[in-house]
Amino acid sequence: MSSKTETNAAGLASRQELTTLVQEVLAEAGRQGASAAEATIGMSQGLAVTVRLGEVETVEHTRDKSLGVTVYLGQRSGSASSSDLRPAALRDTVRAAVTIAKYIAADDCAGLADPGRLAKTVPDLDLYHPWRLTLDDAIERAQRCEQAARDVDSRIRNSEGASIASYEGLDVYANTHGFIGATRATRHSLSCAVIGQDDSGMQRDYWYTVARNAGDLEVPEQVGRESARRSLRRLGGRKLATRRTPVLFEAPIASSILSHLVSAVRGSSLYRQASFLLDHKGRRVFAPHVRIHEQPHLQKALGSAAFDNEGVATAPRDLVKDGILQGYVLDSYAARKLGLTTTGNAGGVHNLTIEPGRHDLAGLITTMHTGLLVTELIGFGVNTVTGDYSRGAAGFWIENGAIQYPVEEITIAGNLKDMFLHLAEAGNDVDVRGNIRSGSLLIEEMTLAGS
Amino acid sequence: MSDTLDQAKHSLLAPAGIEPDALQRLLGNMLSAQVDYADLYFQYARYESWSLEEGQVKSGSHSIEQGVGVRAVSGEKTGFAYSDDILLPALQDAASAARAIARHGGAARAPVALRTGPALQLYGPLDPLASLADDAKVRILESIETEARRLDARVKQVMASLAGVHEIILVVRSDGLLAADIRPLARLSVTVIVEQDGRREQGTAGGGGRYNYQYFLESDRALSFAREAVRQALVNLDSVDAPAGSMPVVLGPGWPGILLHEAIGHGLEGDFNRKGTSAFAGRVGQAVASSYCTVVDDGTLPNRRGSLNIDDEGTPTQNTVLIENGILKGYMQDTLNARLMGVAPTGNGRRESYAHLPMPRMTNTYMLAGPHAPEEIIRSVPKGLYAVNFGGGQVDITSGKFVFTASEAYLIENGRVTRPVRGATLIGNGPDVLTRVTMVGTDLQLDDGIGTCGKDGQSVPVGVGQPTLLIDGLTVGGTQGSAE
Repeated sequence: MSSKTETNAAGLASRQELTTLVQEVLAEAGRQGASAAEATIGMSQGLAVTVRLGEVETVEHTRDKSLGVTVYLGQRSGSASSSDLRPAALRDTVRAAVTIAKYIAADDCAGLADPGRLAKTVPDLDLYHPWRLTLDDAIERAQRCEQAARDVDSRIRNSEGASIASYEGLDVYANTHGFIGATRATRHSLSCAVIGQDDSGMQRDYWYTVARNAGDLEVPEQVGRESARRSLRRLGGRKLATRRTPVLFEAPIASSILSHLVSAVRGSSLYRQASFLLDHKGRRVFAPHVRIHEQPHLQKALGSAAFDNEGVATAPRDLVKDGILQGYVLDSYAARKLGLTTTGNAGGVHNLTIEPGRHDLAGLITTMHTGLLVTELIGFGVNTVTGDYSRGAAGFWIENGAIQYPVEEITIAGNLKDMFLHLAEAGNDVDVRGNIRSGSLLIEEMTLAGS
Repeated sequence: MSDTLDQAKHSLLAPAGIEPDALQRLLGNMLSAQVDYADLYFQYARYESWSLEEGQVKSGSHSIEQGVGVRAVSGEKTGFAYSDDILLPALQDAASAARAIARHGGAARAPVALRTGPALQLYGPLDPLASLADDAKVRILESIETEARRLDARVKQVMASLAGVHEIILVVRSDGLLAADIRPLARLSVTVIVEQDGRREQGTAGGGGRYNYQYFLESDRALSFAREAVRQALVNLDSVDAPAGSMPVVLGPGWPGILLHEAIGHGLEGDFNRKGTSAFAGRVGQAVASSYCTVVDDGTLPNRRGSLNIDDEGTPTQNTVLIENGILKGYMQDTLNARLMGVAPTGNGRRESYAHLPMPRMTNTYMLAGPHAPEEIIRSVPKGLYAVNFGGGQVDITSGKFVFTASEAYLIENGRVTRPVRGATLIGNGPDVLTRVTMVGTDLQLDDGIGTCGKDGQSVPVGVGQPTLLIDGLTVGGTQGSAE
């Protein structure tokens, strides 16, 4: 074996190079008549390897660069992007944005973030941990991962494979208020999906680990074994008869419930009156024990950011406290539309976390006593305007505080307003693999539709 | 066709001074004892979108994406790299990276002479972005706003967007094929929010295809989308809780064909079947639907959103019969999976962009018309659901379980359509849901051109269609407990 390919053999451009480029874009915007402008230049590269049934299936080398620019002609704005960063392309991209802005209606709320809100200092959030992952090493880890899954049980008869990926990127954002900020970050992951099969049919499930630092990943064998466990436990799934029942969302999918909250309190949903939580600031939206807060400065976390997509400083805050909605998720534009101030959420929330309760998953199953444990949700049946919720589900039927049998081909439905108010408990089995961190969530009652 | 190829060479290769001969040599160098296939995919795409809310077009964006993807295939192994610089040295770097899939180097093979292949002419080499002046694009959106508000005072918000793509692709394969396509794509979307007595509901409509923007001005199309969105939103103001449980479901014609896309379409993609991970694997020749059901994937419909003159591997698209009178006939294939399964490619090799690997994907998937009058189908149902509009859907191809979510549906009581119900997800099992299709209408319709399909993180435009049909028992995920 002679391969020595490394993820960053060629290296990314330096922070200084991208800073110079982004400043050139802002200067060009000025030359083309913009009264203000903001731009992001990003570069990233990575390696992704998939192994299936012990053999390499794909090796993908990724290498991307991009420019995104928004120009303002007074209160008119236009945006453009390009994957070509050569000088002529930068000029053309700015020109495309300026051309669009000329046809856009003037909007009092348009513009850069208030200079007073821009991040003054940029704390080091420890997001950059490059991994000198060779192709051979990547293949070997993925093989170990998948093999561990296939060794768990003879009913693991097929596989979609194990994939390992490592990326690093550098983004520089700048605006004509003089703000310039760089984010250098890495992201490494390992996932495995295998198929269990018996007389009842086939079931697939998966597991993954993701981290800023490769040293924080679960070991390959652990990921493989967990994917096998999850596939096998689904074999023999039954349908249930239609009923009303408590529902426990397992931590890996529970974050989706909080993502619906974010959709409903996002500025664009509010000023468009497209939310079931209009004018709910200061009102009870969750059960009184619930606290949901943002932690943008957590070291090494996947959702950490020192400033948002407009350069606004991020800060820890409560979104929900004692069940009461404390604020919204706003960027500068939406904030102005609503007569409020930005919450530093241009681009989204940062490590939104629901305060864990006393129980782990097993404890919550005992607490629920009888009901549905949901481990998979499919479909998009969530209406942010009305709060109506109806999704396909698979999981386990619980009786006497213990798992009885797997269930599938059912739906669960309710209204998010009620689901939030009747959130009985959040588990301490917090899944930290995403931008929203949640333990398992127990909802007092929903409608289960089945046979 | 040669015009298209010349234009693609001019746009993609000429700026960097790349000669096709150099690409031929590059591919020859990639082939070895172990690399049995290689290809290059050049792409230049311009996108734009204009958005209206609160009565004004307040945002617009433009983007350019260009690059080249390089793939080397060795048996079941694929090496892939890409570059967003279309320059010969960058291409050579990408080729070396992709070729590393074969661990032992071999002697380069003599390059195969380049040749062109057949291609369809389903749409012209249009550039929607240039087809209309920017102020006219803005006026289309403003006319939608005016129309929606004119229709009903309960309309509180109108959001509309106009988007266009002009894309030029060039494929060069190690077997010598040199193929190009110029692909226009236009789409208009409208969402309205209505309010009455403190209750808010929304309606959405839209459409498009491989057209210039003039398409939206013909036959009052833009305004008809506004009317449709308002109609749907007002219907939903009167909706009651949806029923929960298993019941007969009548699906309306057109867009409800996402049933087919989710329930059987994905499960019939070649990659899942080669690997044996689909619930349909190994079932060719078996009955998977009632005899009323004939389902095709047809990339050859003129101007449709899911149509392609050639797929992203240079293969012309075709009309592939998936299910004929209930019997499973075959799968959708790209070149890799076709070769490994020993069958012919079906023109279904698609990729989101040069930065993604191709895989088997659907084009326009629909069910042919059947013998029943639509009214007769509804009349036959004593108690059930009539669903005519849908949001998205999803499928677990291994277990076969699929969902799709109704956004406009009604109760059927004693053979008559009665009250509208709230949106609800419908769930079923792909391999047997079509066996319960007991009536199929005469009214085949294709959707208006709004579909986007996601698979492995890659999005591609697709179409669906079907006649009115009755499924005699499907689980409806409402909140209103049904009598057992």
